[in-house]
Amino acid sequence: MTEPLYRLEGITKDYGERQILQIDSLTIRRREALALVGPSGAGKSTLLRLLNFLETPTNGRIQFQGVSFSADQPLPLPLRRRVTTVFQRPFLLNRSVSANVRYGLRLRGRRVETQAVEAALEQVGLLALAYQPARTLSGGEAQRVALARALVIQPDVLLLDEPTANLDPQNVALIENIVATLNERRGTTLILVTHNIFQARRLAGRAAFMLDGRIVELSDSAAFFNNPRDPRTAAFVRGEMVY
Amino acid sequence: MAQAIELIAAGDPVLLAIVALSLRVSGAALLVSTLLGIPVGAFLGLSRFAGRPFLVTLIYTGMGFPPVVVGLFVYLLLSRSGPLAQVESVLIPALFTPGAMVLAQSIIAFPLVAGFTMSAVMGVDPQLALQVQALGATRWQTALTTLVEARSGVLVSVIAGFGGVISEVGAVMLVGGNIDGKTRVLTTAIVLETRKGNFDLAIALGVILLALTFLANGIMLRLQGQDAH
Ligand SMILES: Nc1ncnc2c1ncn2[C@@H]1O[C@H](COP(=O)(O)OP(=O)(O)OP(=O)(O)O)[C@@H](O)[C@H]1O
Ligand SMILES: [Mg+2]
Repeated sequence: MTEPLYRLEGITKDYGERQILQIDSLTIRRREALALVGPSGAGKSTLLRLLNFLETPTNGRIQFQGVSFSADQPLPLPLRRRVTTVFQRPFLLNRSVSANVRYGLRLRGRRVETQAVEAALEQVGLLALAYQPARTLSGGEAQRVALARALVIQPDVLLLDEPTANLDPQNVALIENIVATLNERRGTTLILVTHNIFQARRLAGRAAFMLDGRIVELSDSAAFFNNPRDPRTAAFVRGEMVY
Repeated sequence: MAQAIELIAAGDPVLLAIVALSLRVSGAALLVSTLLGIPVGAFLGLSRFAGRPFLVTLIYTGMGFPPVVVGLFVYLLLSRSGPLAQVESVLIPALFTPGAMVLAQSIIAFPLVAGFTMSAVMGVDPQLALQVQALGATRWQTALTTLVEARSGVLVSVIAGFGGVISEVGAVMLVGGNIDGKTRVLTTAIVLETRKGNFDLAIALGVILLALTFLANGIMLRLQGQDAH
């Protein structure tokens, strides 16, 4: 049994007086694809920010590849750089498309690998727009640039926060294909937040249901979607949960 | 007016010397205030700490400070009975030299550059910090990227600083003394020539001053127009 990629213990996250997250224990395996589903405001995005080490937990600690991360213990930079996020609302720098994709490599002080940048853009079908100002792109194009920008740094962990919300079916298929291939071929760990149950089913090996900052149920996809244990999960999966 | 244009066209050496000194003094002051003002403005725009509101208030006050009062302050500082009179340093210029004028104008331009840089940086979408950190940026890299993202606004801060010093007359008059061939710049020359009734020369100087500020703004705007390409 190999050591898990992430191990969360006694995590809470407060914003002011409000407790947003309370996760007593969670392990995420190397190379798995995990879907996080749950109603709006459940704390899914907040959990992703913690998993990318962008915010510290109020209590508890996160072990990542055996190294601790907590409120008073930042994660060493090289480890933090093994993880990246594609956010729901992609934020592109006010530069060209290719400069956006190059950005992560630049940060790491690597020589600009034009080939890698072009390959990533090619993968998302945007090579033709490489020298266009990024701010002129459509929503779907911007989302694909955000993905290319993440691909180029070859992360061990790719966090996806509703990466295909508001996209047309073609773009959805393209993005799903890329991340699925990444997970299968390169063994990139995927953690995917989605409101689309079918997408979670297609992509994830395990799924977790979050409600009010807690993980209500976490199990293999087949069990999660076909025979959920918790009635709240069942209601959500059937699309009956009112929120 | 015709005579004024003739003077300019003829390249009158006295006129040229005045223009050159103006550019040198204000250029040096702008350089100093940009080198100090951009980092300070970026820092104030990006961080939160206990004394910050006080410093921000100070900067905002400085942005509207009358140049003549800055001149008075520098004058007292550098005068023979002033606190700096005994200190020997290349950084402390003597009164009635271009160096004193640079010092005064740097003090005038600094809050302009810092203040406008600060608001430019604060105007950047907070999503940026999150996004670039997710891509692996350190705190320094995040700050630098934010500054680059705010580049149009930072450029405006430099224009504002230049406009503030090239056109001010109170401070250079007090600490420079408007000495012919030594500390006479465009603005102080205009005052003098107008008073003497040499309106042609005064107008010529005024036209040059206007043209310079126009040119500087034009260059900056062009740079700004190249944004994002
Ligand atoms: N920086 C913050 N300061 C204060 N409250 C916050 C902050 N970020 C999130 N919250 C609150 O935390 C709760 C969880 O937010 P989060 O964005 O994690 O939910 P989510 O599950 O991603 O929802 P959605 O599906 O709508 O994206 C919300 O009630 C939100 O208002
Ligand atoms: Mg969210």
